[in-house]
Amino acid sequence: MTTTENPTPAQQAASDQGELNVGRTRLRKEDARLVTGRTNFTDDIRLPGMVHMALVRSPMAHATINSVDLSGALEMPGVIAAYSGADVADMAGGLPCAWPVTEDMVTPEHKVLAVDEAAYVGDGVAAVIATTQAQAVDAAERVLVDYGQLPAVVDMKTAIEDGADLAHSDLDSNSSFVWPFAMGDIDDAFDNAAHVVEREFINQRLIPMAMEPRSVVVAPMGVSGELTIWSATQVPHILRLMLALTAGVNEAQLRVIAPDVGGGFGSKLNVYAEEVLALVLAQKLGRPIKWTETRSEGFQATIHGRDQIQRISLALDDDGRIRGLKVDLLANMGAYLQLVTPGVPLLGAFMYPAIYKMDAYDFTCRGVFTNKTPTDAYRGAGRPEATFAIERIVTEAAHELGMDPMEFRKRNWITHEEFPYEMIAGLTYDSGNYEAATAKAMEMFDYDGRRAEQAARRDAGDHKELGIGISTFTEMCGLAPSRVLGSLSYGAGGWEYAAIRMLPTGKAEVITGTTPHGQGHVTAWSQIASDALGIPFEDIEVRHGDTSVAHKGMDTYGSRSLVVGGYAVVEACNKVVEKAKWVAAHLLEADEDDIEFSGGTFQVAGAPEQSTTMQDIALATFAAHDYPEGMEPSLDSDATIDPENFSFPHGTHLALVEVDTETGKVELLDYVSVDDIGKVVNPQIVEGQVHGGLAQGIAQALYEGVVYDDAGNLQTGTLVDYYTPGTPDLPNFRTDRTETPATTNPLGVKGVGEAGTIASTPAVMNAVIDALRPRGVNEVLMPASPRNVWTALQTAAANGSAGSGDVQAADTTADDAGADGAQADNAGQAQHAAGDLDSTDSTNNGGAA
Amino acid sequence: MQVNVTVDGTEHSNEAEPRQLLVHHLRETLGMTGVNVGCDTSNCGACTVHLDGRSVKSCTVLAVQADGREVTTVHGLATDETTEEGWHPLQRAFHEEHGLQCGYCTPGMIMAAADLLGQNPDPSEEEIRDGLEGNLCRCTGYVNIVRAVQSAAAAGGSNGGGNGSAPATATEEVSA
Amino acid sequence: MIPASFDYIKADSAEAAVAALGEHGDDAKVLAGGHSLIPMMRLRLAVPEVLVDVSTASDLRGVTDAGDHLVIGAATTHDEVVHDDLVRTHCGVLSHVAETIGDPQVRHRGTIGGGLAHGDSAGDLPATAVALDATMVIHGPGGEREVAAADFFVDYLETAVGADELLVAIKVPKLDGSWSWNYQKFGRVAQAWAIVGALALVNSNGSISEARVGLTHMGVGPVRASATEAALSGASTDAIPQAIEDAAASAADGTEPPSDLNADADFRRHLARVLTRRALEAAVAN
Repeated sequence: MTTTENPTPAQQAASDQGELNVGRTRLRKEDARLVTGRTNFTDDIRLPGMVHMALVRSPMAHATINSVDLSGALEMPGVIAAYSGADVADMAGGLPCAWPVTEDMVTPEHKVLAVDEAAYVGDGVAAVIATTQAQAVDAAERVLVDYGQLPAVVDMKTAIEDGADLAHSDLDSNSSFVWPFAMGDIDDAFDNAAHVVEREFINQRLIPMAMEPRSVVVAPMGVSGELTIWSATQVPHILRLMLALTAGVNEAQLRVIAPDVGGGFGSKLNVYAEEVLALVLAQKLGRPIKWTETRSEGFQATIHGRDQIQRISLALDDDGRIRGLKVDLLANMGAYLQLVTPGVPLLGAFMYPAIYKMDAYDFTCRGVFTNKTPTDAYRGAGRPEATFAIERIVTEAAHELGMDPMEFRKRNWITHEEFPYEMIAGLTYDSGNYEAATAKAMEMFDYDGRRAEQAARRDAGDHKELGIGISTFTEMCGLAPSRVLGSLSYGAGGWEYAAIRMLPTGKAEVITGTTPHGQGHVTAWSQIASDALGIPFEDIEVRHGDTSVAHKGMDTYGSRSLVVGGYAVVEACNKVVEKAKWVAAHLLEADEDDIEFSGGTFQVAGAPEQSTTMQDIALATFAAHDYPEGMEPSLDSDATIDPENFSFPHGTHLALVEVDTETGKVELLDYVSVDDIGKVVNPQIVEGQVHGGLAQGIAQALYEGVVYDDAGNLQTGTLVDYYTPGTPDLPNFRTDRTETPATTNPLGVKGVGEAGTIASTPAVMNAVIDALRPRGVNEVLMPASPRNVWTALQTAAANGSAGSGDVQAADTTADDAGADGAQADNAGQAQHAAGDLDSTDSTNNGGAA
Repeated sequence: MQVNVTVDGTEHSNEAEPRQLLVHHLRETLGMTGVNVGCDTSNCGACTVHLDGRSVKSCTVLAVQADGREVTTVHGLATDETTEEGWHPLQRAFHEEHGLQCGYCTPGMIMAAADLLGQNPDPSEEEIRDGLEGNLCRCTGYVNIVRAVQSAAAAGGSNGGGNGSAPATATEEVSA
Repeated sequence: MIPASFDYIKADSAEAAVAALGEHGDDAKVLAGGHSLIPMMRLRLAVPEVLVDVSTASDLRGVTDAGDHLVIGAATTHDEVVHDDLVRTHCGVLSHVAETIGDPQVRHRGTIGGGLAHGDSAGDLPATAVALDATMVIHGPGGEREVAAADFFVDYLETAVGADELLVAIKVPKLDGSWSWNYQKFGRVAQAWAIVGALALVNSNGSISEARVGLTHMGVGPVRASATEAALSGASTDAIPQAIEDAAASAADGTEPPSDLNADADFRRHLARVLTRRALEAAVAN
């Protein structure tokens, strides 16, 4: 399955004609419009009479709003209306948080426009509606807001100190919640451990950066009261419900459409102020309204991801067996709780133990308010953070015990004979084979050869060090059994909906409650339905992203679409086949039990001449001249599937980096991933998902990081300063798969959308530190920028601590951890200090005027 | 001001404020969808078109600067000379190699690639990566984009697209 | 976002541009390739009332051979500089540096004059100009004047070009075969500006007769690593490797580099030393 040895996808598709569709590459049906530019992204929508909205946003991280003077804006050409926060306060309720993780969770009121107090740079303060977008933007500049600056809360550790400044003046503290979780006897595990390894990791804040900026268009349909909302969203169904509740609109009169959506990665899994504003103002003005964010506006006003401080410790036996794991998190909520903000770190809570066996596990997470853009789900949501911390600390533990990092993992991981396995956090992993994925990855990577190469380079005294990094990850996705989500206080279930509409000509429409925005559901669902219904791939249309087409659904996030939504397609198809079988038996005058269905043909067992096809039955059922007694004349079917368990993809990723110790520059030379995502519907799409996931996880390790200054100003405010990697910045990934089918869905599939992102960050960071360990470095802040690498090298040199593989006793490791913390703190201060200074190229792109 | 611009072989004459960016002229005034806006700092390349045959970021060109000139967008890339079943070799290669997911960066990426192949019909992987450095993609990790450009080059995709013909009709069922 | 409104004047010649600038003074900005100015206008960090577009002024474009030097029109694009035969033959270093600027689309629009007149020390051209001892030709109400590159960059984003003047051409010396060169551009990602850049120009015939080092993003303007240059002058063939190592150690002497998210001043000085050494080593190896 090594990708480089494959025939081209086109050859593959051609040679596989006539075979089952599931399991082989079918080229995407989605592409024809996309490669020719005939798209329908939200900003492409232009409606008669449509007007444009622009927002005035707080330039201060924390300020009272003393007054808002709209008069200057109202005098500007083309302006139709302007509103302050107070003006719209009665039109809509607060923006929703659907995940109250504890009963006493503190939730700041989140008005659609701030009224008395702005809580982050970018918090909306006023809205202007004008005939053209340019006029709206011009007029927004004429809104005069009198702000009273308040202290900005920017640092989580400071924020939770007694007497700290408050991110919201009306709250008692900056703590939203404390969420504890414990299994096993953690005191016993640590008190009796031969070694304890402790670290503090900073999982930096990231910007999701979907290529399509957010956009919303709302069209009021006149006297009927119906409202149509097009939004660049991953969650039209959730948005419909939440808009109904927030704006007090009859849910039945709301139609939400997610047209072409240009990526999401979690950033469009939300209910945003602009969506609510556009809705209530379109209703009020009786005209269609469009709002589209600019990129730099989105950097402030669209959710960020990650941003946790992770204190983690491992209790170990002498022989390297893990006894216990403690995790203490500070999770930055930002200024408000968005749709699932507080739940994100808890999605990681179950994943810190990862693939490892242990006796006890203790987890605590505190959600902390700061005057920064709210965080929420970003690709992986909680699990990349957990995977980073555990894969980093097992690597550190191996080093401290003088073991090879892969040997340490093998000693502790769940072996393939042990599945299904109830792990320490209470989840039951249904299937997996860590040995197989690891063996394949190590062979592809030439692990031993690379180690030899690394040693040779060291012996030669090369200033460019090689580093090898490992990540043997697993994750939980497919969110999830509804009862489990209920037990975690999540506001909704985890089911998914699908329906099949059989048309008279034998073609079919698949209706899905999932909402693709690049994942290729149209193609994959066609493959599934084609096999299940026995009709050609080409005869299937997949309809999605419109609440008037799929009246219900749980949308697309959390690598759930195939494992739950694909499952629902299978079940809906099976119901169609059962009905068709009934009709076939009737028409063939046979007993239903004697009807065999294969490849679209129904035949009487033992009498192959007596047969009919799905297409004939579809037509016969449409005509309805002759159908079974007691049956409705319809093959149409639907299914709502609630999965019995999460899905647990896993894999082994290996990274080779070269670190220039003179400049701090890290180059990723090679990346091998072997993922086990169970059965595969479309290998090409799967590979694409892995590639994209890897790029984003690697970006966290090497390139991206949000920086605020001490006043809460976003320093990485445009793409000039926020380094999303481009083509030359990433290597050609080498990907492969192993396959242990999931046992919890009929397709045997596991999710793949987030796996690459979850796995790759620690693989790369382990490689960076592996390269620098002989120089006394055992931690580098992310991203491993030249500056952060150089700072780590300088700190190590100053400490004079030559690295060693010596086994260190438990009582000395605490000092090591302290040194790490100090290094991290120093570097953090350096970043803050830098933030105070002018970034000389903050608005330029590397070209000249 | 009056802007006379030939877009994908068709002449258009419209009023534009001096401040109107070419990308907004194409999108708002001419109603084109194959030119996207992904940033405000000339970084992302989603708005890439050809101006008199060379790739430019249409968000960093004023509409009035295109007066009297020829613009080619992804809509007009496939011409009679470059077309196979309605698609330019690059469009086909992006499809076959899965060089796109959400598709938002795709028009700009394809136009940048078309310019690259026009200058260098047989680029190395490194030359492809360098040649596309002005275009960001967030879905693909670029691997299949590079493959697509290699594949298009092998298929003779260096015919960088013309300014001459009306948008081609794409074949919807190309995967069969 | 959308720039604020402005009046647009298309100048077909340097003369016309200077006339327009004379009329509008400080309210006017010159638009060439636009790749610094237009993004700033979109972010509304720049709000000029008048734009004087010189991008199609034919007398500002192209490269001419003037004997011992080349004259490059200010509105010549980076891409044209990259591919121009005269530049490649007589001042290859300039082609090479121009190819590191931005990305292909940026190079198709961005101009050499714009890159210099913007005066951004993080740009690649200013350090190149000072290392080349280029001469800037400035056209104003009173006619043309020439300013040495060393005197051209006055302060942060400020050059010797007055509000009513226009940079019309750059004169660069022809470098004969005894010159070799290398530019080390060090940035976060391919598309990014240099955190630091070091351009080495070495004239040697066995021993080094002259070495010049221009540094990018090491001050409010481009700087020459003069201590390094002095230390290398006269180094004999055998002594070159050691001389480079020693000389590069003083590359950051006297610089006052900025601090930003990517590097504080100390790290910039360190990078300047490392990159200078590498640029010199690569140059003499050429």
